[in-house]
Amino acid sequence: MKPLSILFIVFTLALLGFSTYQALVVAPTEQTMGDVQRIFYYHVPSAWVAGLCFFVNFLASVAYLVKRGSNVDALAAASAEVGVVFCTIVLITGPIWARPVWGIWWTWDARLTTTLVLWLIYVSYLILRRFASGSQTQVLSAVLAIFGFVDVPIVYMSIRWFRTQHPSPVMGGGENSGLDPVMLHAFFWNLLAFTCVGIILVAARYHLQKMENQVESAHAQLALQGGAR
Amino acid sequence: MSSLTVTRATLWKDLRMEWRSKDAINSMLFFSLLVVVIFSFAFNPTAEESRLIAGGLIWVAFLFAAVVALNQTWARELRNQVLDAYRVSPAPPNALFLAKALGNFLFVVILEALMAPLFVVFYQLRSVGPAWQLVVVALLGTWALVVNGTFFAAMSIRTRSREIMLPLILFPISIPALLAMVDSTTGILTGEFSPDFWIKMLLVYDVIFTAVCLLLFESVLNAE
Repeated sequence: MKPLSILFIVFTLALLGFSTYQALVVAPTEQTMGDVQRIFYYHVPSAWVAGLCFFVNFLASVAYLVKRGSNVDALAAASAEVGVVFCTIVLITGPIWARPVWGIWWTWDARLTTTLVLWLIYVSYLILRRFASGSQTQVLSAVLAIFGFVDVPIVYMSIRWFRTQHPSPVMGGGENSGLDPVMLHAFFWNLLAFTCVGIILVAARYHLQKMENQVESAHAQLALQGGAR
Repeated sequence: MSSLTVTRATLWKDLRMEWRSKDAINSMLFFSLLVVVIFSFAFNPTAEESRLIAGGLIWVAFLFAAVVALNQTWARELRNQVLDAYRVSPAPPNALFLAKALGNFLFVVILEALMAPLFVVFYQLRSVGPAWQLVVVALLGTWALVVNGTFFAAMSIRTRSREIMLPLILFPISIPALLAMVDSTTGILTGEFSPDFWIKMLLVYDVIFTAVCLLLFESVLNAE
């Protein structure tokens, strides 16, 4: 591992410790919700990292279709996987917060439903990556990534309309309405820390994918030589 | 060869093959008939209730039935390497795609026309809103399912688990279209709200995804 990446990992660990301290100790307890509100410092940054990963996935997929480098495909695969992980964290921390605050685990509200559909789309992307064979995988998954990315705004628009038509019973005001400056402070530290964690995970997964590609092509090369002999 | 000639020739060939074998339409018809019967056992609705749930039932039945036909779209082109022959020919790829999508569109529309009376009889449906709008919803919604379905069928045929893959990648992408179809149908049947937004939304969905399909089909056809 390069010294620069080790430095970045150490920096991220320190940042993560500091931001956790900010979120759990420094930030004041929310008046009505109590301590459960603190999940907000993890929930929203995870959503941000997931969104960022899916955006990187989209850019890498377009780049793959234009230039056909197997490295951008590795980046697309890495970012989609990490994105799904963070999206899963969002979908798990959300209900944990919603149960005491809203009184229910889940409601078919626009943002919740869009996140779930987003998760479904990218899980189907990962399934396709698993089931497609050989070098076709890269083209097919790049194509599906573009479909998925185009679909997300349409999903959000349609579900927003669906829900404004049939109002949901338990949606209070947004959690961002008038945030305490100390809370905002803690929130931004966590946002930064989570973004760094996301970058590290994507980078690690990217290198792993590149190594996998190398192993695969070495195997193919070996098989070809064996066939010639 | 012009695009139009290729589209027309491929479409005509597919329609003729379907007319002789009736593979797709028969399996779709029987499949959706089964869904109608099973759903009516499962829910046993009154006329009032069925108006509320019919939108969902009808479109879920047609969606599942359409997958049956979509999966067969490219299968026969794999035999005797027809698809490979197509790739080396100078014919434009999008002409082939449009012919396949139009063919599937026709099959599913015919299925819907045949099944609609059965739904009316089994679920005692009577529309409170203007029923002609259902035709608009059906045409736009069917194209939404079929254009992406034909495209994803071309993708899933290249994976290891051919038939299983199609619904797995088609359904998540189709969620907004399905939502629009179901809710506008409910709106028309109950007469409680206007389906105008959903019809516009389907139109937008159709235009966007037809464009994306035409843009990317060549990559999928030539995927190595």
